[in-house]
Amino acid sequence: MSDQLTTTTDVTLKIDGFEVTVPKGTLVIRAAEKLGIQIPRFCDHPLLAPAGACRQCLVDISINGRAFPKPQASCTIPVENGMEVKTQLTSTVADKAQKGIMELLLINHPLDCPVCDKGGECPLQNQAMSNGNGQSRYEGVKRTFEKPVAISSQVLLDRERCVLCARCTRFSEQIAGDPFITLNERGALQQVGIYEKEPFDSYYSGNTVQICPVGALTGATYRFRARPFDLVSNPSACEHCASGCAMRTDVRRGKTLRRLAGDDPTVNEEWNCDKGRWAFKYESARNRITTPYIRDESGVLREASWPEALSEAAKLLLNAKSAAVLMGGRATLEDAYGYSKFARIALQTNDIDFRARLNSNEEREFLANARPNATYKDIDDADHVVLISFEPEDESPIVFLRILKAVTKRKLAVTVISPIKSRGTEKLKANFISASAGFELKAIEKVDGLTNRSVILIGERALETEGLLSSVEQLATSKGAKLGWIPRRAGEVAALTAGAIGNLLPGLRPVQDAKARVDVQTVWGINQLPTKTGKSTDEILKDSDVILLGGVDANDISSSAKSQLSNKKIIAMDIRFGTSTEVAHVILPVASVVEKNGTFLDWQGKPRSFESAVESLNRSDVRILSMLADEMKRPINLPTVKAAANEIAQFDKWEKSTSNWHVSGTNTENLNLGPTEAILNSWRLLLDRGSLQEGEDNLAGTARKTIIGLNRTKAEKLNLVEGELVKISADSVSISAPLKIVETEENIVWVPRNSTGAQLVSKFSKPSGIKVSVSKA
Amino acid sequence: MSKLVSVLTSNWEKSDSFTISGYQRDGGYKALEKALKMKPDEVIQLVKDSGLRGRGGAGFPTGNKWGFIPQGDNKEHYLVVNADESEPGTCKDTPLLMANPHVLIEGIIIASYAIRANHAFIYIRGEIVHVVRRVQQAIEDAYKTKLLGKNILGSGFDLELTLHAGAGAYICGEETALLDSLEGFRGQPRLRPPFPAIAGLYAKPTVVNNVESIASVPAIIDNGVAWFTSMGTEKSKGFTLYSLSGHVKNPGQIEAPLGITLRELLEIAGGIRAGHKLKFWTPGGSSTPIFTDQHLDIPLDYEGVAAAGSMLGTKALQIFDETTCIVRAVLRWTEFYKHESCGKCTPCREGTWWLVQALADLEAGRGSEADLDKLLDLCDNIAGRSFCALADGAAAPIISSLKYFRAEYLQHLQNGGCPFDPVAATLFQGSLT
Repeated sequence: MSDQLTTTTDVTLKIDGFEVTVPKGTLVIRAAEKLGIQIPRFCDHPLLAPAGACRQCLVDISINGRAFPKPQASCTIPVENGMEVKTQLTSTVADKAQKGIMELLLINHPLDCPVCDKGGECPLQNQAMSNGNGQSRYEGVKRTFEKPVAISSQVLLDRERCVLCARCTRFSEQIAGDPFITLNERGALQQVGIYEKEPFDSYYSGNTVQICPVGALTGATYRFRARPFDLVSNPSACEHCASGCAMRTDVRRGKTLRRLAGDDPTVNEEWNCDKGRWAFKYESARNRITTPYIRDESGVLREASWPEALSEAAKLLLNAKSAAVLMGGRATLEDAYGYSKFARIALQTNDIDFRARLNSNEEREFLANARPNATYKDIDDADHVVLISFEPEDESPIVFLRILKAVTKRKLAVTVISPIKSRGTEKLKANFISASAGFELKAIEKVDGLTNRSVILIGERALETEGLLSSVEQLATSKGAKLGWIPRRAGEVAALTAGAIGNLLPGLRPVQDAKARVDVQTVWGINQLPTKTGKSTDEILKDSDVILLGGVDANDISSSAKSQLSNKKIIAMDIRFGTSTEVAHVILPVASVVEKNGTFLDWQGKPRSFESAVESLNRSDVRILSMLADEMKRPINLPTVKAAANEIAQFDKWEKSTSNWHVSGTNTENLNLGPTEAILNSWRLLLDRGSLQEGEDNLAGTARKTIIGLNRTKAEKLNLVEGELVKISADSVSISAPLKIVETEENIVWVPRNSTGAQLVSKFSKPSGIKVSVSKA
Repeated sequence: MSKLVSVLTSNWEKSDSFTISGYQRDGGYKALEKALKMKPDEVIQLVKDSGLRGRGGAGFPTGNKWGFIPQGDNKEHYLVVNADESEPGTCKDTPLLMANPHVLIEGIIIASYAIRANHAFIYIRGEIVHVVRRVQQAIEDAYKTKLLGKNILGSGFDLELTLHAGAGAYICGEETALLDSLEGFRGQPRLRPPFPAIAGLYAKPTVVNNVESIASVPAIIDNGVAWFTSMGTEKSKGFTLYSLSGHVKNPGQIEAPLGITLRELLEIAGGIRAGHKLKFWTPGGSSTPIFTDQHLDIPLDYEGVAAAGSMLGTKALQIFDETTCIVRAVLRWTEFYKHESCGKCTPCREGTWWLVQALADLEAGRGSEADLDKLLDLCDNIAGRSFCALADGAAAPIISSLKYFRAEYLQHLQNGGCPFDPVAATLFQGSLT
């Protein structure tokens, strides 16, 4: 019978007398875990290649009666049929070996647990108790080092605490592809170090702090701030991008003190990026809005009570000629659903758009009709991944790690269509096709070798080239390849699903489809819905007179958005003062992510639910919208996040879609470039001037510097040398930054989109695809 | 019968032994001609049949090692010669390379031919610059006479030979650490499997052999299996270099069949220095458990030494007379291991750090008898628990010295310090006033 339950690739062995069957290739230490037998370990990590360095996991092994002459590191030995393993539980030799190693590990380890960040959650502390001798026999001199060494602005190293397990260096090399830390020196003076002139330049450096089994690596911001046993840990989800990382938020007395990567093998495995880990102070920033405000006749904001503010907002909305809703991309599914329902019922309009950013009508059609279907699993299994208008290391870092893993482990073929060859593209050893924004359609024709196992990942920036989203969707469909649309922000897929856009109702139901409207009317218990397709962001900014802004930053939309908004009556719902509150007539404060419950949908559409980590009087957007709707006597009946979630669950996904939405782009548009001109290209770097990173100085220390990138030929023609200050200008505005020679086409100039001194969206007419002149600054 | 053999050392007395002309005059590179006319597999079989075992310490059969290289795999194969001779007491490859570098080169060409390698490397200890220069010159001369490069001796066999000087790390004598170092990384041992024969240098099938093993190959090709197996003992065939150093009248290299005893070697070397008697000795360098005067008649072959509780190792016989303090000698060795521990694994890195302090205390007479047991227990937690054999070597002299000279350790404790006059053990003893 048991033969039917096991496959030929399974191996059966005995550990401490218990039989266990595991897949071939499983390491002994992992097979023991399956039985609940915990073998102590430091260097072992399930996602890193075995090292066998710390020797803590020594066990006695025999195979078919033949014993290894000495204890073996169970983290390096794969299981075999007929193997018999005796751990510390049944072998005195293994037990003594482990205790001996533990004693040795501790001889040079300081007894500073009471002041060490790791004290209380330290694998060394814990395992010294579980698998060590009570007392050390060491009476000698301990090794000491100057402390701490900053290996980057975010990560500090106390070398005397290090047990030299090499988890951090292996992570950096094997997982992040950033081998900027390494072990130096030898013997007991061996230590983790950085290259003399190069800091630990990695977007993933925080993971080394998390997997450090002792307190050797600490985060500069969290260091000395808390004891682990004073923290309350809450599972959470990351709000920074659409990767969808599971997170853990650690809170003490109502304040977030740190965030860690959560464990979700289907999404982020056990990793996250430094932004997700270390950018959370915005929620407790000084400019946090804590009470409603109303702008008085003299134009000054004054504090107001909730009833007064709600009544003022309701009055503005009810008296509007054309009221509309604009949302930022960070709302939860429940909040977005609140905005969607509020627009339809309270404002009786479809004038709602969650794309408070660059957008196009083609994109809206794409979102309504394309059915992206790719997942992380598809990346794991893919034969070819094509990235278009998408730089995953900057724009969705866990997607990047997933692709990199496949590249490292099985030489996955990657093609990147992008204006310049980024470091990410280099790390992916990708086939790089250089294409300026506006000119990618030609590049797509060069992509071949697509099968039904291939995955095309297209970024939000694709909308900046007319016809690109259409062509890519058609390409994917024709080849049977999986398609993934990866927006930058965590809330966009949820907002789309909630129908927070002018052409869709919840569940991707087309506004123009009567049957779809009936579905919605049924759930909402109303007789009719507005039938006219709603305005897009740009149309709302142009034509609406009263606008409800939900978490909108005008500087994300365009250089003219703020002045457009200033001519209208604005009700701003936000967590902090900013461009929206500057022009607002009524301000309603809302809860930040850690203060509320909710759900994000990651780029795959997978729900990422979380509950509030801190207690707060701030309320989720949906609750406030429900109060506002009540005030307007047009109730939406969503008093809680839970109520919204229950209602959303009644909408299945609308599978029907039209196929005649495609737009054909103009591939041969000629910009008539002069000799000193180039086409502007840009994307947002992971670490930049993004508003959720405000106040995180340590994090900002590892942001990549603002540069202006040209290829060598162009630079030489313009007589520019690398490193010198260069200026790009258009529309009588300019920015300057040091020149960097990059791999690209001659007609391209690349600048980060939202970095210090280069905030392109609020500066130029468009942040890409426009002609700019390049010169010495 | 005279116990002496003169194969590797046959031309050492000649003033031009290290030159290509001197080597060729005495029949050098003749074995190569013979080998190149054989099939590679025949060469491997011949070396297997000879029973030649690795002279670098472990004694693994050389021909078997060559046979592990997968053939017909369409991959590059490499031969790497380990000339990183760094262990205290071990000093056979250095004089061999100084006196006769071409015998190594000839052996390398034959071995590379046998394992189908077209690129061979010599990884040589960086500190011995004079040897590096001499071997470099020999390689240049071999290239000039077309013994290296394309189409060697018209056989169609090509071989490039690269000399690489190490940066002074004992651990790089460990074959996988050597490969890491050769690839440009820090020298630290690699996890095995995969073994070098499958994925060695640049992840390609690689044979790593000691200098003396490879240098012994031409004579075996020249003179045949029967000649080689007529020397030595049942399982340890042939001849080898024994390096006598320390308190012996005429220190140096003695070439002899495997299985000779120290008593015989001492006779050849003129005995212990005048007026003194043997106290203890290492059979194969500082990492092999020590022997005493009880072991003078142990046959110095792989089995004989192992049966007596030590290892033949590199056959580096360090001889110590009764003026030597065992604690002091062991502490000095331990300091070496602490300095050379690569730091990768806990027992070696931390253990050697502790051992030095423990021994320093004992040498200074601090501690009690219980500390000796603690020291032994500590050695038990280090030896056999580490990533590579370096830590075993560090523990070996301590364990063995406590076995034979526990009383002397205790004497230090009773005496409140070392009872020996350290000068008495030196060459310059008596000349100081």
